[in-house]
Amino acid sequence: MIQCKTSKEIGGMGHSMRRKEDARFIQGKGQYVDDIKLPEMLYMDIVRSPFAYAKITNINIEKAMALPGVLAVITGKDLEQYNLHWMPTLMSDTQMVLPVDTVMYQSQEVAAVIATERYIAADAVELVEVEYEPMQPVMDPYKAMEADAPVLRIDKEGKTDNHIWHWEAGDKEATDRIFDDAEVKVKEQMHIPRIHVASIETCGCVANYDKVNNHLTMYMTTQAPHAIRTVIALVAGHVGLTEEKVRVISPDIGGGFGGKVPVYPGYVIAIAASFLIGKPVKWIEDRSENLQADSFARDYHITAEMAGTKDGKILATRFKLLCDHGYTDAAANPSKFPTGLFSICTGSYDYGHSYAEADAVYTNKPPGGVAYRCSFRVTEAVHAIERITDCYAQEINKDPAQLRFDNFINKDQFPYKSALGWEYDSGDYHQGLQKAMEVVGYDDLRKEQAEKRARGELMGIGISTFTEIVGAGPSREFDILGIKMFDSAEIRVHPTGKAIARFGTKSQGQGHETTYAQIVAEELGIPAEHIQVEEGDTDTAPYGLGTYASRSTPTAGAAAAIASRKLREKAKKIAAYLLEVSEEDLEWEPGKFFVKGAPDKAKTIQEIVFAAYTNHPQGMEAGFEATHYYDPPNLTFPSGAYICVVDIDKETGEVKVRRFVAIDDCGHIINPMIVQGQVHGGLTQGLAPALYEELIYDEEGNILNGTFMDYLVPTAVESPSWETGHTVTPSPHHPIGAKGVGESPTVGAPPAIVNAVVDALSHLGVTHMEIPITAPKVWKILKEKGAL
Amino acid sequence: MIPSEFEYCRAGSVEEALDLLAQKGPDAKILAGGHSLLPAMKLRLNSPGAVIDISGIGELSYIKEEGSHLVIGACTTHGDIAKSTLLSEKIPMIVEAAAEIGDVQVRNKGTIGGSLAHADPAADWPASLLAGEAEIVLASSSGERTVAAVDFFQGLFTTDLGENELITEIRLPIPDAYTKSTYVKFEQPASRFAIVGCAASITRSNGSCDKVRVAFTGVSSTPFRDQAVEQALEGQAPSDDNIEAAAEKAAMSVEVMGDHFASQEYRKHLAKVYARRALQAVLS
Ligand SMILES: Cc1cc2nc3c(=O)[nH]c(=O)nc-3n(C[C@H](O)[C@H](O)[C@H](O)COP(=O)(O)OP(=O)(O)OC[C@H]3O[C@@H](n4cnc5c(N)ncnc54)[C@H](O)[C@@H]3O)c2cc1C
Repeated sequence: MIQCKTSKEIGGMGHSMRRKEDARFIQGKGQYVDDIKLPEMLYMDIVRSPFAYAKITNINIEKAMALPGVLAVITGKDLEQYNLHWMPTLMSDTQMVLPVDTVMYQSQEVAAVIATERYIAADAVELVEVEYEPMQPVMDPYKAMEADAPVLRIDKEGKTDNHIWHWEAGDKEATDRIFDDAEVKVKEQMHIPRIHVASIETCGCVANYDKVNNHLTMYMTTQAPHAIRTVIALVAGHVGLTEEKVRVISPDIGGGFGGKVPVYPGYVIAIAASFLIGKPVKWIEDRSENLQADSFARDYHITAEMAGTKDGKILATRFKLLCDHGYTDAAANPSKFPTGLFSICTGSYDYGHSYAEADAVYTNKPPGGVAYRCSFRVTEAVHAIERITDCYAQEINKDPAQLRFDNFINKDQFPYKSALGWEYDSGDYHQGLQKAMEVVGYDDLRKEQAEKRARGELMGIGISTFTEIVGAGPSREFDILGIKMFDSAEIRVHPTGKAIARFGTKSQGQGHETTYAQIVAEELGIPAEHIQVEEGDTDTAPYGLGTYASRSTPTAGAAAAIASRKLREKAKKIAAYLLEVSEEDLEWEPGKFFVKGAPDKAKTIQEIVFAAYTNHPQGMEAGFEATHYYDPPNLTFPSGAYICVVDIDKETGEVKVRRFVAIDDCGHIINPMIVQGQVHGGLTQGLAPALYEELIYDEEGNILNGTFMDYLVPTAVESPSWETGHTVTPSPHHPIGAKGVGESPTVGAPPAIVNAVVDALSHLGVTHMEIPITAPKVWKILKEKGAL
Repeated sequence: MIPSEFEYCRAGSVEEALDLLAQKGPDAKILAGGHSLLPAMKLRLNSPGAVIDISGIGELSYIKEEGSHLVIGACTTHGDIAKSTLLSEKIPMIVEAAAEIGDVQVRNKGTIGGSLAHADPAADWPASLLAGEAEIVLASSSGERTVAAVDFFQGLFTTDLGENELITEIRLPIPDAYTKSTYVKFEQPASRFAIVGCAASITRSNGSCDKVRVAFTGVSSTPFRDQAVEQALEGQAPSDDNIEAAAEKAAMSVEVMGDHFASQEYRKHLAKVYARRALQAVLS
């Protein structure tokens, strides 16, 4: 179905080329941060708080220091001398590096041990004696908002409550008016629980400060190496670490999913330790530390409302959010978007009014709010709109597919201005849902469901037709700490026609080494096989803001195409010179320029590049290199139509996903196999919060499932056989018409699954189920509804 | 994830293991498959001074028929038991229980003796061993003793195993020919341990249930035989109603556990469902 413009040898867009990076990954030759070993390297381990909220009355380091091999025990008081005990978060809040007197969540860093061996460091952690005076933590965000709640951030001068920020979008009055007059109104309260990205590689770094040359090399698992270098220079410039003295290297990464965007205290302590001791310091978290202390994702409490007519025309939506950020807002959103891109919550439907508001609040939980494979809170938005749309369909007793068809934005309405102000670039929602229904056999499933219901069996069909918003973003609105969210590509073609291409992004498994090469191959006709892609070293790669929020293809991918086109312009001039014709007489086909009407009079790209070094026209610069910084004119809006079929064991409440059909539209596809792989992974990470994942805390602030023995990250065992497909609606403003896909499935899958479960139980009067939908929860609701 | 320092000793025979146990004293721990002990050591929940590795003792790994009993060496892995045709013919619930444990890596390393000694309240083994009226053979430098499984399990991570003792063998009486058995389980999705594991073994004669043995793991802090269920069915014909009535009696006499995933009420309910499923499977 996908048409390729290039031959298989060139391997441009549309070819299912095998991933170039896999040769080293499947042979165990990836180089991850923990593989880095430097001479005289020291090891760091961290003492963590057993309490969620406590005063530190004393830290005794004597016994730890007495252990042979221990070089230092660093506390907040030590860092305070250098004014390094607090650091800014990417959301301009503040976070402790190490506490001076108070811990704010369980597992918070309290002190760090530096030793000559990893084992000694771990032993020394046990010998650090910390005296705590525990206090009653505030765990419930609603309670944190009450007037008499204890104020948690007393470090902030004048702070009298736990409120962080208020945000709103849309026309409140106009929306309220429509709600007041509407024939049908539905309302549902939903919690999108706190979960964790749980990448298989945990976080870690090797900080290597070279005293002689006053130079820091920071190897770290970061999705945004350039931004990190700038942050280090901003924070540590005053002690001599100015930006040219800092090199950040992000080696192979074993999964990021947003969790490797923030700066964690461990990184800062490792740098400080290396700076003071003058030796490399390695810090690698273990699994429990990662799960318990690194940035969480989600934790939005949402009240969603929809107003419509009796016959199923959506008129307006309203959303009210309470956002639990733990003790500091350590999200990694673009600066002007505290709730990320939640305002995509109006969905794939054509209606005029919406209003959304949010309040963020401090509690005694780990800090964060990272975008877990969701391009900034789109998971929350899509859950809200796709769930409330189903509630509306249920209320007026209309088939949820039909309701969607009746309300979709039509393909000829694009570019479409949404009620909350986004300009959707393109889409064909009808086609997507049509296709998904055909693949799954929707009508037959409804018949089967009716028969099963008559027999007392529980089966449900759930739909999610979502619109994503990815590729942040246009510089007029998008920045992180003031740095605009463009991204970059630099292409150097060597005399023999082979190239190296470098990018400001950083792959964590997405397959950039292959897909970027394919984009350049598409534009320049140089075989993708001969295009070496490099990312992650700030000394060599052009500046960019990194890889998250499905932004690499929309930004750096576009930069690759445009840099290639700059080179093709140059190639054209050289070809005209070599063929002794004017540029207008030349025509391009992938891999060569030929004279119009005389196809044998041609110069291949390899011949042209060689000439750029050996025989370039007078007055032209020699060489064959180009750089482009791409500032996207708009975001891209991928979409998808997902249908899930579930069977429920009435006796135990177990939900089994029988089938899951995912039709995605990410515009032009660079590599179908990689897209499919991304969709498979993303769907599994969408299954996760729908049925399994939630970080659970008790009232004392103890995490109840802080290891993988209790916190299930689903694997192939839990996953159904995903059925994937696509429609292609190119982005009109993107140079290669591509949109980004990595996050669509994570965003789109959960409501499809929940809608299926609710659909299975709807005849019992069930209108909503909170995720994760565990067997005990289903059993409880069956019991409450008298179905047992 | 880093254990504290310990001494590692490898025992080549039971005798050597017992000597080492006596020599190293209460600070020593036996290491078999390591699938309970090593995680505990890595989390520093357990920091033994010495570890005595018995996984290489060939004489402790076997499954064989010995007169009226089937006997299993303590170091036999769950995986080997799951593959045993001898057990599968004579006492299928044993094979089924083994196959339910963890994943393939866990089954290939973890041992039956290690699981019994560890006595996790959610471990799979106890149910089928109780229903199978197993005996456990314990050895120490002062000799050997045999304990019935019912007496062996004493509570949460607590057994009759003495500090200087080694489990060497599990003995199961071969049931008579008209016996069928099964093990069914509702697992904790993350750990795959049992929320409810139910083993049932029924001997029939003349159309009625002669001898009924039903045991649970996961439900209470100590695995138990459920005599109320057994008695409700013993002497009865295996009808749907009788099965249902017997299953309704499940877990009535014990303190049922509850946690953040599965409440007491839910576990109790599951015990009934799984009792019924086990009885149905055996009697169908
Ligand atoms: C990921 C994972 C999933 C699991 N899932 C399940 C599951 O679903 N169901 C289940 O039942 N179990 C499960 N287990 C536990 C597994 O069955 C273990 O193998 C078992 O509990 C311990 O056996 P081991 O041989 O590994 O013992 P070890 O870990 O080596 O030892 C455990 C304890 O027993 C002692 N010990 C060992 N052998 C002897 C002996 N012969 N005599 C005296 N003391 C001895 C040790 O000193 C130690 O205290 C799981 C484990 C893991 C890691």
